[in-house]
Amino acid sequence: MTSRLFGEPVQRVEDAQLVTGRGHYLDDLGHDALAAAFVRSPHAHARVLDIDVTAALDVEGLVAIYTYDDLAASPRGTVAEALPLLIPHPALHAPRTGYALAREEVNHVGEAVVMVVASDRYVAEDAAERIVVTYGVLPPVVGIEAARSAERRTHDDVPDNVAAHLLQEVGDVQAAFAGSPRTLELDLAIQRSASMPLEGKGVYARWDAEDGSMRVYSSTQTSTSVRAAVAAKLDLPLNKVDCIAPMVGGGFGVKIVHPWPEEVLVPWAARELGREVKWVEDRREHFVSSAHERGQLHTIKVGFDDDGRLLALDVRFWHDNGAYTPYGIIVPIITSTQLLGPYKPGAYRVEFWSLYTNTVIVTPYRGAGRPQGCFAMERVMDAIADALGLDRAEVRERNFITPEEMPYDHHMTFQDGRPLIYDSGDFPATLAKLRTLIGWDDTLAQVASWRAAGRRVGVGLACYVEGTGVGPYEGAHVVVETSGKVKVATGLTTQGQGHFTSFAQIAADELGVALEDVEVVTGDTRRFGYAVGTFASRAAVMSGNAIAFAARSVREKALRIAGDALEADPGDLEIVDGVVRVKGSPAASIPLATVAVLSNPLRYAFDEASKAATQFAVGDTSGPPVREDDEPGLEGTDYYSPVGATFANGMHAVVVETDPETAEIKVLRYCVVHDCGPLINPLIVEGQVHGGVAQGVGGALYERMEYDENGQLLNASFMDFLMPYASEIPHIEIDHLETRSPLNPLGIKGAGEAGVIPSAAVFASAIEDAEGFVITAMPISPSELFDLRRRHAAGEVPSLRREDRRTEEMR
Amino acid sequence: MPATVSGMTAVHDTTTGEPLHDVRLRVNDVWQEARVPARRLLSDFLRHDLRLTGTHVGCEHGVCGACTVLLDGAPVRSCLLLAVTVSGQSVTTVEGLGSPEAMHPVQQAFRECHGLQCGFCTPGFLTTAAAYLAQHPSPTEAEAREAISGNLCRCTGYQNIVRSVLRAAEIARERTPSASDR
Repeated sequence: MTSRLFGEPVQRVEDAQLVTGRGHYLDDLGHDALAAAFVRSPHAHARVLDIDVTAALDVEGLVAIYTYDDLAASPRGTVAEALPLLIPHPALHAPRTGYALAREEVNHVGEAVVMVVASDRYVAEDAAERIVVTYGVLPPVVGIEAARSAERRTHDDVPDNVAAHLLQEVGDVQAAFAGSPRTLELDLAIQRSASMPLEGKGVYARWDAEDGSMRVYSSTQTSTSVRAAVAAKLDLPLNKVDCIAPMVGGGFGVKIVHPWPEEVLVPWAARELGREVKWVEDRREHFVSSAHERGQLHTIKVGFDDDGRLLALDVRFWHDNGAYTPYGIIVPIITSTQLLGPYKPGAYRVEFWSLYTNTVIVTPYRGAGRPQGCFAMERVMDAIADALGLDRAEVRERNFITPEEMPYDHHMTFQDGRPLIYDSGDFPATLAKLRTLIGWDDTLAQVASWRAAGRRVGVGLACYVEGTGVGPYEGAHVVVETSGKVKVATGLTTQGQGHFTSFAQIAADELGVALEDVEVVTGDTRRFGYAVGTFASRAAVMSGNAIAFAARSVREKALRIAGDALEADPGDLEIVDGVVRVKGSPAASIPLATVAVLSNPLRYAFDEASKAATQFAVGDTSGPPVREDDEPGLEGTDYYSPVGATFANGMHAVVVETDPETAEIKVLRYCVVHDCGPLINPLIVEGQVHGGVAQGVGGALYERMEYDENGQLLNASFMDFLMPYASEIPHIEIDHLETRSPLNPLGIKGAGEAGVIPSAAVFASAIEDAEGFVITAMPISPSELFDLRRRHAAGEVPSLRREDRRTEEMR
Repeated sequence: MPATVSGMTAVHDTTTGEPLHDVRLRVNDVWQEARVPARRLLSDFLRHDLRLTGTHVGCEHGVCGACTVLLDGAPVRSCLLLAVTVSGQSVTTVEGLGSPEAMHPVQQAFRECHGLQCGFCTPGFLTTAAAYLAQHPSPTEAEAREAISGNLCRCTGYQNIVRSVLRAAEIARERTPSASDR
């Protein structure tokens, strides 16, 4: 038997290219293309009064300068219309999207106002800096409090700054509170961070005037949808446009948004000029003109009994959506639903307001609203445990949905418009594994002894559930070539998740061929035109299953053709190492390569092997060469479209020590238990967890977007926006639970976002435990912790009750 | 790019009119020449003039380390250097460390240990680690972590990069016959 590859820690097939400098990322293409640069707004909120390009015109090497008026004058397409609202929602009552180039008004620093095209980027920037834009500066709205107060407006026609308002209620919350023996109220805040892939965005367009076709390369998470958007904006038939995501240097959400202004403008300019045009985002541009996430304020009221069981939960939160809402209200919808985690909330009411501010747009960043929700819910759990003097793990366990209650219907609507129903998971088992991994009781005892010795050490715990693998669908094409090599194409894109390997493992298993005989292509509309994209931890679930289906149809066809050739029942055949053979009688066999030849009846032989398929070589003349229900070629296309998301879960624990003098926060241990169903490739899954945790550590302790009151982003560089280096990231201990999903044949769930979800929650829990006072806002820096200590000493920040008990015990 | 001689000495770019300078660099053991403006960054020179695109640019201000190359064997940020200032010197890029058929120990180790995901920052880690291991052939885990602590990676959480550096040291030792074998 061919050994099964699913579940094996197979080394990645793409790495030989990547470690030798042979990967082709966006800026590695198009060396001869013209370069684009942009004049961007230096103001957070202003009217564009005048654009004077005179001084730029003598820059040698300048090719073109475009403003909004040029787009409006374009005879073809809709480049001058507002960018699309990608995900409309009935609760998004005041959606606003920007223009490819600012029309009359700018709403955040960094918004593109003028496009310059020149012989190279240096020259394009020379010209850009000579262009004089006159602005009529308007007062900006910065921060959630300012947006909520509505003393100023981001958009004139949205007087309350509210883009969306959504309320979901399950059960009678008022009655549930009336019956609750105990209640608590919490105010919780999370600041902005961002995806921040090491490679920024980039677009490279090649217009072929002779056949009227456009090829666009984009560093995107969705090539099929960029293609559709470019075709629509440029008024081109879809089959005259292709979009290819080359190697992409990280995405983490920001590259799912589309079309970015540049994805419209670069192809448009390429057609206008009849030349290749390329734009590569620089780091400062990425900070001020891509997307951020996470900024939310939450007010929570919880009712519970004396055992710590939830009876009623009322959550109100305010979400900062930045200047525009091209991606709809996916992030706050996810917070409002995934906040529930592994718990039964009793009656649940959640209401949010999505608010405009004059800052960079907010769209999903890995975790996508879940870190905020997890932070909110886990703060509640810790608060209940503290109020009742109970073990924090125990309180969580008492509120878990049990395996016997699966599938569990929350009676809410999830981010895909479908019912929020957990398909699987064994939360008590996940917690038991985490307790074992960290040695919960021993660790608590150890921490107590360290504390007795004067050290400030704390333990944190956080649990989450993540809806993964959302629809609508993905598809795949699998073909066995006459060489015996297998080519797999799926439409979604890859940004480092190892799809070229994990998808090849699935196809190789289904077809009984060696891994090295399978080649996977993603994100290339020339190879597969129907797809949604890579986001929401969906790629493995969606394309993995689609590839399995397509490969199964190819296998079935191979066995049928081989059965004819070997005069055997297809049911008696197996494929081993690329050879179809009769089970138990391996001498009766035919290579898959020969089956591929026979699958395509030929008139003309093109090589020695193909002679077997020509008309005078094929014996059976009783029917047509291609049967009525058949097609030539050993290939198949199939799709996977689930009824709903599949729900992964996990639990993290961290031990931190804080410096009594400097308030520096040091991680002593970080433990993860994760359940994403059967692992296709443990090496890749663990890598995803490591990376997620690292981003979580950054988001909890270091990263934030520092806007001043004028809407200027003060830390728009890697010097000032503190992404963690290796020196800041702890060693991560991981254990897995593999609870199958009943929704898909491979039983798998997504893993991409998991690591980042509980970080703010778990660090708040641990730092609070170390310090003995309540933590309500994340991220937290040493200076903020230092300040909290002073305020706590002054009686402005409440102590944990367990701290009082601890002090009493010591007396 | 075609150039014309204008005046007595200066050569100018025919498109932009910028004065051009001859830069001669020994890149990956091969002498290469190009005529570029004074402001051409070494990173752009390598990537766009010599078309060695393995060196990546992540921040353009010397913080992320993706563009790290070895200048006379020592790691430098090629986005912070002008090509004209290093003329006559020797540069090693990721392409010069090894090929898919004959990988450098660090390249082989990153593949074995899943030390990369999107691969964009990887060339900078590889050149940094190669230079470090040349001087420190047997690092501890803490030393390996410290050695790569000037480079940013957004995908891996660094754990497998640290493993890769340790594994690379092991591979280098395996490849070099020890004194007792001689």
